[in-house]
Amino acid sequence: MIPLRKKPTTQLPRGLALSYNNLMKIDITHVAKLANLQLNSQEKEKFEKQLSETLTYVGKLNSIDTKGVEPTSQVTGLENVIREDQIKPSLTQEKALSNTFSEHNGMFKVKAILE
Amino acid sequence: MKNLNQLTVSEAKARLKAKDFTSVELATACISQIKKYKQELNAFITIIEKEALEQSAKADKLIADGHDLPLLGIPLALKDLFSTKGIKTTAASNVLKNYIPEYDATTVKKLKDAGAIILGKTNLDAWAHGSSGENSDFGPTRNPWNTKYVPGGSSSGSAVSVASDMCLAATGTDTGGSIRLPACFNNVVGLKPTYGRVSRYGIIAMASSLDSVGHFTKTVGDSALLFNVTAGQDIMDGTTLPEPVFDFTRSLEKGIKGLKIGIPKEFVTKDIDREVKVAFEKSVKIFEELGAKIFEVSLPYTEYGIAAYYIIQPSEVSSNLARYDGIRYGADRGSFGDEAKRRIMLGTFTLSSGYYDAYYKKAMQVRTLIKKDFDDAFENIDALISPVCPTLPWKLGEKINDPLKMYLSDALTVTANIAGIPSLSVPAGFSSNKLPIGIQIMGKQLSEELLFQIGSAFEKQTNYYKEKPLLR
Repeated sequence: MIPLRKKPTTQLPRGLALSYNNLMKIDITHVAKLANLQLNSQEKEKFEKQLSETLTYVGKLNSIDTKGVEPTSQVTGLENVIREDQIKPSLTQEKALSNTFSEHNGMFKVKAILE
Repeated sequence: MKNLNQLTVSEAKARLKAKDFTSVELATACISQIKKYKQELNAFITIIEKEALEQSAKADKLIADGHDLPLLGIPLALKDLFSTKGIKTTAASNVLKNYIPEYDATTVKKLKDAGAIILGKTNLDAWAHGSSGENSDFGPTRNPWNTKYVPGGSSSGSAVSVASDMCLAATGTDTGGSIRLPACFNNVVGLKPTYGRVSRYGIIAMASSLDSVGHFTKTVGDSALLFNVTAGQDIMDGTTLPEPVFDFTRSLEKGIKGLKIGIPKEFVTKDIDREVKVAFEKSVKIFEELGAKIFEVSLPYTEYGIAAYYIIQPSEVSSNLARYDGIRYGADRGSFGDEAKRRIMLGTFTLSSGYYDAYYKKAMQVRTLIKKDFDDAFENIDALISPVCPTLPWKLGEKINDPLKMYLSDALTVTANIAGIPSLSVPAGFSSNKLPIGIQIMGKQLSEELLFQIGSAFEKQTNYYKEKPLLR
């Protein structure tokens, strides 16, 4: 095997791991409410443990110094993708409603959101 | 003499054209294999026999009339995450168990327009959440090499259907390894293309900045043939790339003499299973024999891949699954399974007020560093090779109660998604108890042609793909 000459320009950070070994706690009741999920008490206990373990693991990112590093949300660099604003055939009202259990007079029926 | 369902796409294409047999005969052979192992392997959620045979008959007529289309009369299976007009599309979740789309995904339309016959919809980890194929609300898929073992996920049924000759090729999606891992565990070829090279329109979204749409085939050449059909810009998916498509099979016979192939040292650590390591080292020797120059390279941020991935991916999952409200289509949120609930909550937490900077933003910054690792490496070398999975396939149930342990199975695959680069998983041998082992070939963005070239040279030298599971 031939070692590659060029040194990689990105080096492992020397920063210290912050509280990496302390278990992260998650407020499962609050998060479930935000996510609109109903959990029973058994589920709460199980998910709290499992999610705390995962959060503790991902906490290892804290040991990386990311000061001044730009976040990447689009990996291929495409920007401002647009198309002609033309009306084209789309689903009929009937088809758009074909999978709902909650229809009234050709419309989706939802619960009242205002008193 | 091979049965018809055991043929590769390119073999079947030539013989359909030569009128050795009909598309109806070919589809019938596949459907009979699907039915024979339906219970044992649970690879399919929906079989569409009647429509498939009708389409095959139409294809036969076109062939008789002298028509030639890239996949005319070739029977395929689709991961049940691909919307199919008029055919149930469940994402293997009880939320969508009765959902019938009113439109085809772009990729489905392209495959149909190319003459392919759709045999059915394959099982998966619900919403593509999983590495084992066990998270399906319709029961786990089983590995045809040994049904006590997992087939890998999330595209479990697609990999199994190709490995056990239920179809000639099948589609999949890869967000963190969901094509490459099951391809590796089943001794088939799996392609995860460059992000945006294949349209995601109409494919049920998991994590939109990571999802890529690929396929499983028996050979590398077949993978290129399918990619010829699926690659390209789509006005319905703004993230598809404008670069022109061409014949991706054109370099298959070129060989790899003089190519510079890197081995990322962070991918081959002490945590890798011994038998996986042995198979990988043997593969490296084969690449050397074929004339490639092998270099050791360093991708120092690799070890942070899973941590970054388990922030970015659940964050995007929580957003994509927020649409399931039980009003317009699908059942209500009480029907989500455990893994979906975990990821929705994890993502909801990491995106929630006060935590966004510490988690999501941080992960997106680390994403920049992981991508830079690859960019730097590809300045000096043509492609990278590594094992696909740190372990051999594991037994059903082994990791199901330990989500974090399950997540770590993707340690070697997630970074390609984070960086948006293509990766091709190819068979690389077997363990002592005859479970498949695979390697992946990674290249810079839009380098699929090169990956096919390398994969094809390796495949012709090794012929592992010719070995088939012994099904009872």
